[in-house]
Formats: sequence, C-alpha cells, structure tokens
Amino acid sequence: MSLSLHALQRLIRAASLLTMLAAVCSFHTASADVQTGIDELDGLFTRFVEGKGAQRTEALDALAALGRDDTRELLTGILEGDLMLHKETDTIVWATAQGREYAMQSLDRQNDLGSERKRKLSRLKVTNRLRGHLRSLIASLGLRSDDATERLAAIDALMETPEALPDATLQELLGSETDKKVSAALLSLQARKLALSPQPEQRLQALSTLGEDLSNDSRSLVQTLAENDSDEAVKTLAGKIARDQAAKVRLYAKAETVFFGLSLGSVLVLAAIGLAISFGVMGVINMAHGELIMLGAYCTWAMQQLMPNNLGLSLLLSIPVAFLFTGMVGILIERSVIRFLYGRPLETLLATFGISLILQQLVRTFISSQNVPVANPAFMSGVLEVNSVLSLTLNRLYILAFCLIVFALLLILLKRSRFGLEVRAVSQNRSMARAMGVPSSRIDSLTFGLGAGIAGIAGVALSQLTNVGPNLGQAYIVDSFMVVVFGGVGNLWGTLISGMTLGIANKLMEPWAGAILAKILVLVFLIMFIQKRPRGLFPQRGRAVEAH
Amino acid sequence: MSDSSTTAPSTSARPQRSRLSSIIFILTLIALIIGVSICNQLPAEHPLYVSNYMVTLLGKYLTYAILAVAVDLVWGYLGILSLGHAAFFALGGYVMGMHLMRQIGDRGVYGNPDLPDFMVFLNWTELPWYWMGSDNFAFTAMMILLVPGLLAFVFGWFAFRSRVNGVYLSIITQALTYALMLAFFRNEMGFGGNNGLTDFRELLGFDLRSDTVRLGLFIASGVALLLVFLLCDSILRSRLGKVAIAIRDAEDRTRFIGYRVESVKLALFALSAMIAGIAGALYVPQVGIINPGEFAPLNSIEVVVWVAIGGRGTLYGAVLGALGVNYAKTWFTGAFPEAWLFALGLLFVVVTLLLPRGVAGLLKFKRSSQAAS
Repeated sequence: MSLSLHALQRLIRAASLLTMLAAVCSFHTASADVQTGIDELDGLFTRFVEGKGAQRTEALDALAALGRDDTRELLTGILEGDLMLHKETDTIVWATAQGREYAMQSLDRQNDLGSERKRKLSRLKVTNRLRGHLRSLIASLGLRSDDATERLAAIDALMETPEALPDATLQELLGSETDKKVSAALLSLQARKLALSPQPEQRLQALSTLGEDLSNDSRSLVQTLAENDSDEAVKTLAGKIARDQAAKVRLYAKAETVFFGLSLGSVLVLAAIGLAISFGVMGVINMAHGELIMLGAYCTWAMQQLMPNNLGLSLLLSIPVAFLFTGMVGILIERSVIRFLYGRPLETLLATFGISLILQQLVRTFISSQNVPVANPAFMSGVLEVNSVLSLTLNRLYILAFCLIVFALLLILLKRSRFGLEVRAVSQNRSMARAMGVPSSRIDSLTFGLGAGIAGIAGVALSQLTNVGPNLGQAYIVDSFMVVVFGGVGNLWGTLISGMTLGIANKLMEPWAGAILAKILVLVFLIMFIQKRPRGLFPQRGRAVEAH
Repeated sequence: MSDSSTTAPSTSARPQRSRLSSIIFILTLIALIIGVSICNQLPAEHPLYVSNYMVTLLGKYLTYAILAVAVDLVWGYLGILSLGHAAFFALGGYVMGMHLMRQIGDRGVYGNPDLPDFMVFLNWTELPWYWMGSDNFAFTAMMILLVPGLLAFVFGWFAFRSRVNGVYLSIITQALTYALMLAFFRNEMGFGGNNGLTDFRELLGFDLRSDTVRLGLFIASGVALLLVFLLCDSILRSRLGKVAIAIRDAEDRTRFIGYRVESVKLALFALSAMIAGIAGALYVPQVGIINPGEFAPLNSIEVVVWVAIGGRGTLYGAVLGALGVNYAKTWFTGAFPEAWLFALGLLFVVVTLLLPRGVAGLLKFKRSSQAAS
C-alpha cells in the first residue's frame, strides 16, 4: 500500500516534468541559434518570482526550454541563491558577496550594476519541491553534455527520481550513447525506472537487470521490492535476487580479502626471497637483510632525485640500479666479514646484526633520520574496477606481478644456468664441488650478492607501498625469517607458498581480530609450527640436510 | 648439525683457576657495593663523592649485569643463543610495575583508589583478573619468578622436545619477544599500552624518589647480582653444569650417553628466564617506567653483545661486558649521540671476528701464556 501511494506521488511529479523535459530535449538539437532576448528572460523570472505553485514550475520549464547557452548557470544560480531580487528596481540580478556589500550584474552578465547593501537584496524563495525540480532540470541538461563525466553525473542525479526522464528520451539516449560506462549507467537508470513502474510485469523485467548490478543503489532497490512490493510474484523474485546479490557481495568481499592477502604475501615473498638464497642456499644468517631492502628503497628515492621529471622511467631504472648497488654492498659484506665466519651461524648472526646497525646509522647521518618522500608514478596509482563491489588497486596488482616475475627469473637462474648449477653444487656439498673445479669462494660471494641484490629490488617495490626511512628494514626482518623458516630452508617454492599463505592468513584474520592481533596470532602459530616441523613445510631431504 | 663448531672454547680444565677468578670477582663486587655506598655519603665537594645520579645509573647497570649472567648461563654454557631474553626481563619488570601502580593508590591523577590512571582513562570499571593480588608484595615477588619462568618452561618444553636448536631456536625466540611487544602495545591488554606503566611513588612504603631508597635499590641490585652469581657458579660446578657444558659441546653424544638433554636444557632455560625476571623487577623501580619498547628485539640482541664482548662461557665476563658496554653507551650518547650505533655495530663485527672469547678470553689467554712461559 505504502509503495503504491509512493509510486502515485512520483507519477504526478513525473507528469509535471514530462512537458519540460520534452522541451529541453527538443531545444537542444536547435541550440545556439537564437540568443533569446533579455526581455523574455525577465518575463519568465517575473512569472517565477510572482507566480504561485504550478506557475512557478512552468516558468522554470519555459526557462529551460529557451535554449540559452547559460541555462544551466541560471538554474544553478536560482538553486544556490546566487541570483537575487533587487528590491528597489524589482529586477533579478547576479549578486556576488564583497565584504558587507554585493556586487550586482545583470541576468545575462553583460552589464555591471554597481554594488548594493545586503538588506536591499533578497533571496529568491525556492520550496523544497522546486529545489528537486531544479535539480532534475539541471541534470537533464547534463544528459546531453559532450563530456562523459558530466553525463554520468547527470544520470547519477536522476537515479533518485528516474521517472522524471521520459521513456522516449531514455531510448534515444541509449541508442546514441557510445561511452560504455555511460551506457551501463543509462541501463541501470532504465531498470530503476521500470522497478518503480506500476505494472508488475515491468517490475519483474526490471529485476532481471537489477540483479546483474551489484551497486548499493540497485541492491537497496531490490531489497525494497522484496520487502514492500504489492505483487507476490515480484516480491518472491526480488527476495531471491536479493539473496543472490548478498551472496555475490560476500563472495567478492572474500575475493578482495584474498587479493589483499596475496598483495601482503607478495611483499613478504619479495622481502624473504633474497634471504631464502643467503640463508637457504648458503646457510648464512643475514640480519642486515632488512637494511639491504632499505637501501634498495633509497635507490628509488635517489633515482627520483636525479630525474624528477620522469617518475615512471626513474622507477623502472631504479630496479637494475638497486639490484647492482645492494648486490655490491652484499658482496662487500661477504668479502669483509661473512667469509671469515662460515660454519659459525650464530656468530654470523651477530656480526651481520652489527652491520645492520651501521647501515642504518649511515643513512641517518648522511641522508636524514626522517622519512624521505618517494613519489608514485602515474601508472602505479589508480584502480582496476572489476565491478561496483570489487576494485583492485593497481600498485598492489603490479607488485604482485613483479614478485612473480622476480621469482620466476630467480628460479630459471638457479635451475637452468651454469651459475645456478654451481650454486647448488656448493650448497649441497662444498668439498665435492671444489674437487670438481667449482670456485667455491667466488660462488659464495656471488650468491650472497644475488640475495642482497634481490633485497634491493624488494626495496624498490616497498618504496611504492610504505614510507621510506632508516627503519624500513627492521619491520621486515622478523617476518622474512618466518617466511623462510615456514617454507622450509633451501626451497624457493616453499618460500613462495609460505609467503602467500602467511599473507592471506593475516588478512583473513584481520576483520575479526584486528591488524595487530592477527599479526601476533600468525607469529604464535609460526612458533608452534616450527616446534612441530622444525624444517618447515617443504623440508630438504637426503644428504644435503646433513651437509649444512 | 654445525653446533659443535659454534660453541665457545671450553673453559679451563683447572678448577682452582676458575675458582680463583670467581673469588676475585665476588670480592670486587662487594668492594664496589660498599665503596659506592660510602662514597655516596661523602660531602659533594669531596673528590671521591659519587652523585645520586651515578648511584641510580650504577644500579641500572647492575640489573643489566644480572640479565647478562642469565643470557650467559644459556648461551655460554648450554649453547642456546636466545634472542628473546629481554622478553623475560620485561615481563619481570611489568609484574613489578603492576605492584608499583597499585601502590600509587588514590594519589593518581584521577584519584581512583582501585584502578590505575590509564584504566580510568580507558573507562574501565574494574580491575582485570590478572591484576588481582598485585597489591600484595609477597605475591608480586612470587610472580616475578613465576611469570617469566612459566613462559620459558612452556616455550622450552615445546622447543627442546621437538629438537629445535641452533639458528632456528634463535629466530623463534626473537619472534616470541616481537609478538609480546606487539601484544603489549595494545591498550586492550590492560598494561597501559604504548605508555606502559609509570608515575610510580613508593615501594614497601619507601618513597622511590628519595636518595636513600635509591641507594637501597642499588645495594639490592648488587646483592641480587652477587646471589645470582653464586647460584650460577655453584650450578656450573655441579654435575648439572658439567652436563650442560657437554650438551653445548656435543649435544648428540650427550644424548647417546644417556643424559636427558631436554630436561637439562629446560631446567636451565627456565632458571635463566627467572633470573632475567628478577633483573627486570629491580630495573623498573630505578628507572621509574616500563613500556613495551623493552620487548624490542634489538634489546635482546644488545644483551647478547654484552655477553659476547665480556666473554661468554665466563660469568664474570658477562658482568664485565654488561657494565662496560653500558658505560660506553652512556658516555657515547652524551658525547657523540650520532656515533653510538656505529660504535655498537662495529663492536658486534670486531668482537665476532677478532675476539671470539671476548675480553675475558683476552685475560685468560694472557694468564695461560704466562703460565706456559
């Protein structure tokens, strides 16, 4: 009952709008021909100011139908109160506040009329109904705009009162529309129109379209139909569609969580994979790994300082630069310290921790102890909109892809190249490899350099996600170790899977546990896990294990 | 596994020597405590006068030294490199902090006789269950031992039984303290969140801000260090200590001979955690605050470096390292605040590369070369 009454009211309003919309649409084709005289405009405004009820609406419709270039401006002026009545001369003027006075301009903005004190001017009286009418008028004008975003805005404005748009116009617009987004918006406008129609058949037809659209508006419309519709068939179908939609929305929410998880996981994998090489392949605990990541992030910053006008290129260039730079630092660390500590993992741990402190302090002393600004190039910012419920941020998507590419390249390097063969030989049996002529000490420093270089690349990726500062690396060191240990030392696939698993687990728990508690729970889980399976998810088997 | 190669050189096989160094250490420590107490009473103009600031500072160092002994007990003699001992230290500190918070009573900012200020601020109406009994000193003293001890027991029970050792154990101890840090930062935990516990007034009815009480706390720390030293020293002389050293040097062989390696590790690890808890409980009233920053992984690693520098595998070396490094830290952060991390970082590298036995190792080397000549 309440719905049908509501629909009736809307119908009456729509009827009153029909005439003027027809006018608006017809005039526009013949637009910009005659600049209608100012007298006619004045006449219409007089009717608007002095008239009553329907007369005022008609005056506005007529004004819209005049086909002036500034119609929208005038209508907005009435709506926003920029047009005022000058009491002495009884004319309508544009009034702009200037201190205590108003500067006045004639309606066509051709003549300056001097300024006047506030009390000599009065606002045009606009009732709520007129306000709604004005908005629809402005919106329908926008429907024919050349700018797609303006058309979209106009359609959005009509969503509340879709019946204001005549069917014929809607069909015509649908036929001529070329922009995909605008067509989609028009279709959903049409569906909304049908959903409010008094005929149950039309409402049923509308439901099938509305079911496809997961936006908030359409879902709430379906919900309203499901709860209040007078027709049983419509009510049942709407109820079913509403449930379907809710299920889909839940599904997409899950998909989004998984995406966030994968995104966090890709960061973890990037951070951990360099460690997986130095720790897994060489058995070296590198506590300075986080600081190497930090140095990589600073490389991005430095490249951006060098070429501030080309952010995209500087980001791409900073990948090799960071790889080489941190790789060099890594080799330097290996040659100067770690070389002397092979076979003494606990000592290596302490010495590299000392190096991490030195690297941090170097950055603090020579660059700044504050965070440095790293800009995101245009192609990194933006959103990939899958539908109205699910949208993926591009930077996270790129980093996910980047992580997989780095992983694949590394895998190919280790499995398919001569260098990779030698690395694996040294890690499995050092003395045998030496006996076969592998220069084990050179392989050691190159392997460590490779791990460090990948840490640098991870830093480039991280610089696009978080703040770049001297403490950047510290936040990742514990996590990276967890990823490597969870996955199984010496197993790159294990690192990938464990990183992604931990990322998703973290994000799945966040909604009900909160970010920090989720992280704690993951840590506690890992501590328990290592107790159960000390060698991780995918342990190394065979003799190689004993050789470590 | 590579454990055997990571261990410290075994202590001298001559018990008389190490007994002599223990006696020298104990006498020095007693002399230090008495000396500082007397010099503190001198008039301020006197050249030997020790200021109140210095007394509190030394008291703080002594609690660090206790912590260092705890780490040395498990690392130097048992081969477990714990990167999470600061967690046990901080837990002991928090237990003490809770007691001190309750002692504030209705003198807090909000004047609530039952609830500490931060709980009133968070609109809590009653004390959480785990704060029960914290107003009783005897109960608190018990919890200072029990909380870190129990955590270490449970943690160690799982870890040692599944034979997690070496680097893996180090990393999960670090994860443990990291997880605790994150947890204590949460306001919902009921330990004051970010700000921790502070604004203490009195302990056992003594005003914590008075100079005599501060001297008293210094003496208490010194005596505690003395007792802890004696306890650890006698354990290490006992059969238990010999088995511990055997485990450090060749864990598998010890197990094959028939010793229950897990039980020995567990007992010493839990004992070490309790000692760390005592250190934390003495530390908090002297510095007047405990916050989650104490759980930071860096803190735990710093302790390890004190022990490494002083010389692991010798108890007095751990104490020397703790006192020396912390004095250097105070001096550096005053004179060249920028340079402290450089110095600390270099210390890590130099000690591991050049001084695997620490300063104590240097002394011992000198002595044995003299004995040889």
